[in-house]
Amino acid sequence: MYQIVSQPIDVAAVTSAVADPGSGATVTFIGTTRDRNDGRRVLRLEYEAYTEMALAEMRKIGEAAQRQWPIERVAMVHRIGVVPLGEASVVIAVSAGHRHAAFEACHFAIDRLKEVVPIWKKEHFEGGEIWIGSQTGSPRRPAPKSTA
Amino acid sequence: MIVHLRFFASLRERLRHSEADRQLSEGASVGDLWAALCADYPELKGLGSSMTFAVNREYVKPDHVLAPNDEVALIPPVSGGMDVPDRFPAD
Repeated sequence: MYQIVSQPIDVAAVTSAVADPGSGATVTFIGTTRDRNDGRRVLRLEYEAYTEMALAEMRKIGEAAQRQWPIERVAMVHRIGVVPLGEASVVIAVSAGHRHAAFEACHFAIDRLKEVVPIWKKEHFEGGEIWIGSQTGSPRRPAPKSTA
Repeated sequence: MIVHLRFFASLRERLRHSEADRQLSEGASVGDLWAALCADYPELKGLGSSMTFAVNREYVKPDHVLAPNDEVALIPPVSGGMDVPDRFPAD
């Protein structure tokens, strides 16, 4: 399941979407709007997506995770528009036979989503607003090598 | 030939458009397109080193040759850094 939504994310639905009789472990990551960032007091976040491409890239990440780890299913939902403090902007669920693969694959999925999925975050803070991006200075991460 | 441009986020705000059609010579590359846009929009100068590009929803390098009716998206940085085809060297 790969979705971009404009309403609050139904976290339970994302977790349910990866349910599988072959699964012994489900890992769910929830990204939420935090009230501070880089010394600024955050009021809300606002997300914008190149929707058609974002969905395609999300699916590619899920497929890459499937190739690299023995997992069952992946679900990813990203919210766009305003996401108030404490609410979820992104939820990723991964099911697997065993928990190690589920944790690893979920970690990979969120890290990779933040690198390549064309969704942008605008931070509204006390005193202004700023698109989060090049100023973060995060180093480029190489894609993990296949473990297959 | 005509290509269809898409702008997002900080770039969309800067240009005050979310999309535009652009006339280009046959055989023009993404790099040629970027140079043409910078000539028309001085406010783009300096952004090349952090911009990435997608053609028909796939990331491409600056030397990618465009075809008629391609959809070209100018992709400003997303959070977390990007490991995608080479950006342009710093202006």
